[in-house]
Amino acid sequence: MESIWKFISLSDPNIISVVIGSVLITASSAVVGTFSFLKKKALVGDAVAHAVLPGICLAFILSGNKNPIYIIIGAFITGWLSLIIIDIITKKSKLKEDTAIALVLSVSFAIGILMLTAIQHSGNASQSGLQSFLFGKAAALIGRDLIMFSVVAVILLLMVVLFFKELKLIAFDESFANTIGLPVKALNLLLTSLIVMAVVTGIQAVGVVLMAAILITPAAAARFWTDDLVKMIILAAIIGAFSGWAGSLVSYVAPRMPTGPWIVMVVSIIALISFFIAPKKGIISKQLELAKLRASILEENLLKELYRMGEKDMNTSNAYTLDLLTMQRHFPIKYLKPALRRLLKKSLVFKEGNKWSLSEQGHQKGKRIVKLHRLWELYLSTYLKIAPDHVHEDAETIEHIITPELESRLEKLLDFPKKDPHDRKIPY
Amino acid sequence: MKVEILNPAVEFHDTTVSYDRKPVLWNIDMTLPQGSLIGIIGPNGAGKSTLIKAAMGLLPLASGYVKIFDGDLDEHRKRVSYVPQRESVDWDFPTSAIDIVLMGRYAHIGLLGRISKKDRSLAMDCLEQVGMQAFAKRQISQLSGGQQQRVFLARALAQQADLYFMDEPFAGVDASTESAILNILRNLTQEGKTVIVVHHDLQSAAEFFDWIVLLNMRLIASAPIENVFTQNLLQETYGGKLTLLSEISELIKKRNIPSRENY
Repeated sequence: MESIWKFISLSDPNIISVVIGSVLITASSAVVGTFSFLKKKALVGDAVAHAVLPGICLAFILSGNKNPIYIIIGAFITGWLSLIIIDIITKKSKLKEDTAIALVLSVSFAIGILMLTAIQHSGNASQSGLQSFLFGKAAALIGRDLIMFSVVAVILLLMVVLFFKELKLIAFDESFANTIGLPVKALNLLLTSLIVMAVVTGIQAVGVVLMAAILITPAAAARFWTDDLVKMIILAAIIGAFSGWAGSLVSYVAPRMPTGPWIVMVVSIIALISFFIAPKKGIISKQLELAKLRASILEENLLKELYRMGEKDMNTSNAYTLDLLTMQRHFPIKYLKPALRRLLKKSLVFKEGNKWSLSEQGHQKGKRIVKLHRLWELYLSTYLKIAPDHVHEDAETIEHIITPELESRLEKLLDFPKKDPHDRKIPY
Repeated sequence: MKVEILNPAVEFHDTTVSYDRKPVLWNIDMTLPQGSLIGIIGPNGAGKSTLIKAAMGLLPLASGYVKIFDGDLDEHRKRVSYVPQRESVDWDFPTSAIDIVLMGRYAHIGLLGRISKKDRSLAMDCLEQVGMQAFAKRQISQLSGGQQQRVFLARALAQQADLYFMDEPFAGVDASTESAILNILRNLTQEGKTVIVVHHDLQSAAEFFDWIVLLNMRLIASAPIENVFTQNLLQETYGGKLTLLSEISELIKKRNIPSRENY
C-alpha cells in the first residue's frame, strides 16, 4: 500500500523516469498505431514486434552488453527486414498478405527465442534482464533510456503532425493519393518506419509478444467515442498513456510481475468498456435504442388495434377489456400492461374500470397508423404488383417507419385513395 | 468505327493492360476530344474501369502509352482529376464531408503545406455546387450512397482540373443525385473541360454523352454519339464474347508469358 502511494506521488526520481518513460512510449505508439488501425494493417505491427527479438539478441551477441543504442539499432534492422520480406512474399508469390505476416512473425520469433536461449546458456553475466524484452519491464527504465524515449517520442509526434494530411489521405483513399501525384510509396515507408520506431522503443515497457496491443487497442477503443480523426488520435494517446502509467505502477509495486500483460489488461479493459458504454456506437446504447424502438412499435400497435376495434363497432371511442384486445391481436401480457401504462401517462388512452379506450390524441395516432398501413398495402399492390393477400406482413413493419414527409408523398402519389386492396376504408 | 481527332485531351496508343499478367484490355488505340462529355460503355468485365485506371497511372501498362494533353501524366497531374468508384473506400473512416473535399486541394497545397482559409472556402463552394453544403460537418458514414457520390464529385471539383476521369459516378444513386451530377458534368464541359465517365447503362448513355467509347476487352468504337448507336456496333459490344481472346488471356496468365518479347 505504501509503495503504491509512493509511486502515485512520484516521490522518488527513479519513479519519475519510469512513469515518464512508459507514458511517452505508450502514448506515441498509440498515435502511430491509429494510422495502422485505419489502414487495416493491425497485424503488421505485431509481425514487426516479434521480428525485433532476433535483432536485439544479435546486437547483444555482437556487442557483448545491453547498451540501448546497440539494442535499438539491432531491433530496428530486423524489424525493418521483416516488413520488406512480407512485402516481397506478397508481391512475388501466390501467398496473400495475412499468410506472409503469419510466416514472418512466427519464423522470426522462433529465431529470436533460439538466440535468446543460446545467450542464456553462454555464461555471459550481463545477459540477465535480456529476457524482460519478452514481456516488458517498465520498472527497469532508467534515466539513460529516458532521453532515448523522449527523442523517439518527439520524432514520432513531429512526423505525424507534419504529414498529418498526407497520412490521413493514404489511410482513406490510397489510389486517389496516387493520382494527385503524392509520393505514396515514400509516405507508406514513412508510416512503417514510424511503426518500427514505436515498436523498438515500446518493447522495453511492453515486451515483443504484446507490443501489437499497445499499437492498436487504444485506437480501437478511441474509435468508439469519436468520428473525428484528430480527437481520435488524442484520445488514443490518452488511453495509451494511462495504461502505460498503470502498467509501470504494477511493475514498481510488484517487481516480479511482467509489465506488458498488465498494460495490455488495462488497455483492453478500457476498450471493452468503450465497446459497451460508448454513446451511439456502444452495445448498451444500441440495445437501449432497439428497446425504445420496440416499445414505440408496441404502443403504436396498441393504438392501431383499439382504433380498428372501434372502427368495426362504428365507434372509435369504445372501451375494451384486455381480453378483447389480446383476442384482436396476440400481445404478450407482460409487455402489454406496461405499454398501456405508458400510453396512459402520455394521455393517449383512458382507463375506466378494467376497460381501455382511446383519447382524442390517441384516436388521431391510431388512425394515422391504420392509414399508413392501408396506403402502403395499396402502394405495394399498385406499383409492385404484389397480390393483395401478400401485402399485409410488409405493411405491418413499414407503417412504423414512414415519416410525415414520405406520408404526404405517398398520399399524393396514390391521389388520396378511398379504399385499400382489401376494400377497407382508408381513414384521413 | 473510330473517329480520330487533332489536339486530343487523351491519346491511347496501342495500350494493353494486364491484371496479374492476364491481359484485360487489348491494343486500345484512340484519341478523345477536349471539351466533351465522354462515356465509356460496355458490359461487365469489359475493362472500362481498367482503362481509366491505366490512364491515371494506377495500373502498369503491358505495352503502349497514354498521353494526356499531348504530354506525360506527371507533367499535368494538377490538370487531371480522378473519381474512384464509391465502394473503393471505407466510408466508416473518422472524418467529415468537408475534409474529404479538402483532399482535392492537397495537390495544390503540396507536401507539408497547411490548409488555408481560401482552400476551405473553395471546398465549401464545391460542396454547395453539389448541393451538400448543409452536410459539410457530417461524418461520412452517415451520408446516403448518393450523398457520398456527391462528396466525391465535390472533391474532384475542388481539384479545379481540366480533365476528369470518373468511375461509375451514376452507380446506385437516386434520381435527384443523378440529374444533379449530370448538370455539373455538362457545366464542366461547357467551360471547355473534358469529362470521361465509365457508365454501365446503355439507355441513359444515349441521353448523357456526346462522345461514346464502346469497349469489350478491345476497342469497338470511339466516335461522336450519333455514329455509335448502331445495331451492329452494339451487337458487337454486348453480344458474342470473343472466347478465343479470353482463352489466350488465361493462357498468358497460366504460363507466365510476358506480353511483349524482350529479344
